[in-house]
Amino acid sequence: MTDFDAMREKARQIRLDILEMTTKAGSGHPSSSWSATDIAVALFFGGALRYRPDDPWWAERDRFIMSKGHAAPLLYAVLAHAGYFDRDELWTLREIDSPVQGHPIQGLMPGVEATTGSLGQGLSLGIGHIFGARLNNLDYRVWVLLGDGECEAGQIWEAAMAASHFNCHKLHAILDYNKYQETGPISREMALEPLVEKWRSFGWHVEEANGHDLEDLLAKIELVQMLEPTGQPSIIIAHTIKGKGVSFVEADFTFHGRALKPDQADKAREELNAAR
Amino acid sequence: MQLGEKAGLKPSVPLRDVFGDALLALARENPQVVVLDGDLGNSTKAEKVRFEFPERFFNIGIAESNLVGVGAGLAACDLIPFIVSFSSFLLCNAYDQIRLSIAISNINAKVVGSHGGITLGKDGPTQMGIEDFALVGGFPTFAILVPSDPASMHKAVRAAAEHEGPVFLRSSRIAMPHIYPMDDCPFAIGKASVVRDGGDVAIVGSGMMVAAGLDAAAMLAADGIDARVIDLHTIRPMDVETLVTAARDTGALVCAEEHLLHGGMGSNVARVIAEYHAVPMRFVGLADTYVESADPADLLVKYHLTADDIVTAARAAVDAKR
Repeated sequence: MTDFDAMREKARQIRLDILEMTTKAGSGHPSSSWSATDIAVALFFGGALRYRPDDPWWAERDRFIMSKGHAAPLLYAVLAHAGYFDRDELWTLREIDSPVQGHPIQGLMPGVEATTGSLGQGLSLGIGHIFGARLNNLDYRVWVLLGDGECEAGQIWEAAMAASHFNCHKLHAILDYNKYQETGPISREMALEPLVEKWRSFGWHVEEANGHDLEDLLAKIELVQMLEPTGQPSIIIAHTIKGKGVSFVEADFTFHGRALKPDQADKAREELNAAR
Repeated sequence: MQLGEKAGLKPSVPLRDVFGDALLALARENPQVVVLDGDLGNSTKAEKVRFEFPERFFNIGIAESNLVGVGAGLAACDLIPFIVSFSSFLLCNAYDQIRLSIAISNINAKVVGSHGGITLGKDGPTQMGIEDFALVGGFPTFAILVPSDPASMHKAVRAAAEHEGPVFLRSSRIAMPHIYPMDDCPFAIGKASVVRDGGDVAIVGSGMMVAAGLDAAAMLAADGIDARVIDLHTIRPMDVETLVTAARDTGALVCAEEHLLHGGMGSNVARVIAEYHAVPMRFVGLADTYVESADPADLLVKYHLTADDIVTAARAAVDAKR
């Protein structure tokens, strides 16, 4: 029986950690991390992802590739809460001599599968891991967390085409569709719609979900796994809110790429604490 | 004049064919080796692996960014990917992917840039890889290998697989004559080979310019100039000791490469020589220019990449000693 209350509490704690990490560092991308928090929590704490924190490079682990590398604070916080490393490591984000780099560097911290930060690259790496599973006779899954803005990159569509061509049915993408990129609304800066049709036409099975509803997310995560025998790769387009969890960040997309000032952080902390 | 003729070198098949044979031999021995192709396997000759090991050969299509990413993912699964396409297409289309997914990640992936230099000839400047040393030079974790003949190509492919970490290997369309016996090539990454001894000037060559350098040395010998010829098959890590010893022993250096002078092998050798034992140097390579579609032999003459050009440069370097 899935304990959704416990998962919601985990998501709240992770949002708080993201706040503290980025506020202490004085930079980073809290709003992009918060929009994808529930997706990551669903995967790591909802029972779908197979992993061993004490054996982080276990050959049969399911892969979690954070393609939108600027959500590094989320990745680190989730890995810490999952037991990959001590939570105290989080407070060294972006500091000299710390492996907790501003954007993820493959292998520098246990559980960090890929170097990302220049956008659009994670899905291709996922295909490589699927090929690796085939050649090594393993049957793990690969989950790639995509940002919406990075779907403007040509490499995403090169990978989308290849994943269906090679029947990468154990490759699952989840799109954090918060509708904003760095400089503004996606619909204004570089429209992605019709997005469901685009992915379908590239040969993918597409589901949509409320990206902040853990029940819905987990149901879709289970569904796309059940559909693997069709041979298609799948994507869950998760509708999210940039900055989810902190009202004044949700209301202001310009928080992309900047940390909260101390007084803003106090207010955000209050809101996140009140949500318990 | 045939490349290597003056030096009495035995002709061979095009280097890309040797590369295909070497890759196949490696794939037979090492089941971890996988090949990723950018739809040019028939041209790079990587397809030799496809016929024998179709399960370890992936044509990712005309999509170099994805090609590199898929290869990097395979490397993370303890396989040894050889990512093979034209040097220009791989490095120019997928520079950022190589940078993040291979170079910064510092993973065990091999990038093979085929059709390096200008000697692919008639397909013209859009297809030529004249800037690959400079571009890969921008990735500090990469070893850069430039085989000069069939035996060294076989050794280089094997060495690339054995080397833990990112490797760039240049292959070429042109036939490079035999410099080493097939069963006796001393190739080791980071250890340059002295292929001809001499005390008056040292010719440092990479790729086909090693054979051209041996031709030049034969011509210079007729004039009483005794040239040492060094096969600098590894541009990084650079063999400082062999280069500095050559500078000390001969007092004059000529660097010759089928690459832009700007950011090429010679400029990297000059940095080492300037720091440890400055001597007069001259450089044979492409000046700041693109070349054109033509027969390779005509291009080499017009753009000054022949043994004659090395002779001229060597004489100038020797004169500068006085």
